[in-house]
Amino acid sequence: MGKKRTAIVATGQTHHRSSRLDVNGIELINEAVVRCLEDGDLTIEDIDAVVIGNMDHFEGINYVDTWSIDGSGGFMKPTFKLTTGGTTGSTVGQSGFYLTASGMFDKVLCIGWEKNSESDTTAAITTAFDPIWDRLVFAGAIGGLAVEATKYMSEYGATEEDAAHVAVRDRTHALNNPYAQLRKPITLEDVMSSPMLSDPIKLLDVCPRTDGACAVVWANEDYAEKICSRPAWYHAGSVKHPFNLLGDTDLTTLVSMELASKEAYKKAGIKEPLKEIDVMELYLPYSCAGLSWIEAIGLCERGGAPRLVRDGVTNMDGELPINPSGGVIATNCIGATALLRMAEAAIQVMGKGGDRQVPDVETAVATGFGGCFWSDISVLRSKKP
Amino acid sequence: MHSGEGEQPFHYAIGRYGSKFLSEIRDNKQFYGIKCPKCGKVYVPPREVCGPCFTKMTEWVKVADEGKLYSYTILRFAFLDPETGKQKPVPYGYAFITLDGADTAFQHFVEITDESKVKVGARVKAIFEDKRYGKITDIKHFVIID
Repeated sequence: MGKKRTAIVATGQTHHRSSRLDVNGIELINEAVVRCLEDGDLTIEDIDAVVIGNMDHFEGINYVDTWSIDGSGGFMKPTFKLTTGGTTGSTVGQSGFYLTASGMFDKVLCIGWEKNSESDTTAAITTAFDPIWDRLVFAGAIGGLAVEATKYMSEYGATEEDAAHVAVRDRTHALNNPYAQLRKPITLEDVMSSPMLSDPIKLLDVCPRTDGACAVVWANEDYAEKICSRPAWYHAGSVKHPFNLLGDTDLTTLVSMELASKEAYKKAGIKEPLKEIDVMELYLPYSCAGLSWIEAIGLCERGGAPRLVRDGVTNMDGELPINPSGGVIATNCIGATALLRMAEAAIQVMGKGGDRQVPDVETAVATGFGGCFWSDISVLRSKKP
Repeated sequence: MHSGEGEQPFHYAIGRYGSKFLSEIRDNKQFYGIKCPKCGKVYVPPREVCGPCFTKMTEWVKVADEGKLYSYTILRFAFLDPETGKQKPVPYGYAFITLDGADTAFQHFVEITDESKVKVGARVKAIFEDKRYGKITDIKHFVIID
């Protein structure tokens, strides 16, 4: 038994809404799982192990691995729960890689999900931070990200309008995705005139709260090509956690992404990311991240992102389309969000993107992002490693 | 379904380093940081281990009650404070402050009476409560001084 090559061979996701009152958590999870199995022409008997994750303090029910077993398909199978905040979905997804690559399991089902409508998201996220040093002033994700945006804009002279371009791009892309939550066109003016939530973040700069779930199946090389004619092979990945308290961080760039992407590119042999990567599904929870973080991920020099985005380089018809799915700004079911990035990157490699398909994708990149400014990255390719 | 008026009290040990920091604020209005023997970084608030060096820190360093705004935001949307179960009084200034002599940023409120003065790099000073209990709120807030 040694390291095996492994690929995503099937994906499934729910239709995403701000509130899915028509289903409970188990049923929501099941919707994604059933679609995923159908996508790979698989039955639950084909699955050797299940990995599931969400923000376990959100819905007020812990131990999702046990209570959702009917919906997940984990009955009498090894079932593992993972929770790493915003990166939950990518942690779940990458663990599917590790479990199949190790040779311990041949086919692993990974599930991320969230019913944000059942949670007070801002209050719940706040409790993930230090009670004494962080919580006095911290206001969930929006407050934390706003502080980052202020620093980035002050350092590089980027403007709120530069950031608004990212929101418009992602929301425009979402029009092509039948599963996206927000599918209404918006303009720069709409973003700029939307209510200020936390300077400089306005309502239309930031992701919604979503009910939804996503599932993927990983299979190792003994099975992958039998299940899927064009699997999305895992080539490289990296995870970086930068610091302890919020005040420790360098907010001028996303240091964890900078280091994670450098490491992953080295492993994957990528020297010029902008040229060599065909599509990216990035965890961009708010518009300014679409500037600062694409610099961190190596698409341009620091301070160069506003120009790159304005020039349309990251649009669907640009050199490197970012977020053909509409990304996090259109859909954010937190425990599923980063797994959606990985699933959407796999969909692009498989050529199953429908209206949101980028032509001839050979290399796709997906990222995750979590609370204390940590990041991860995965490189998926059509070519077997 | 709601959890109603229920309370879930919990205890949290801030540790010896955090206790010293808060006691010094209470008794002497003095900020203390802790210095890493390996990288030389001064951490405020103090903690036992420097994460990047994975080294125990023991050298206490006095730092100023003044510094500059590393970054900030002004919170304008209504939300529940999970510490109290009540709505946070918005708008308020949320500041990351690099105190003179420190290398990390200390988070607290910054006064926003004149929003045009709240800028990255602005000089700020701590205002302490008259009666202090050894809590983080013994510091009322920071004010802009230039």
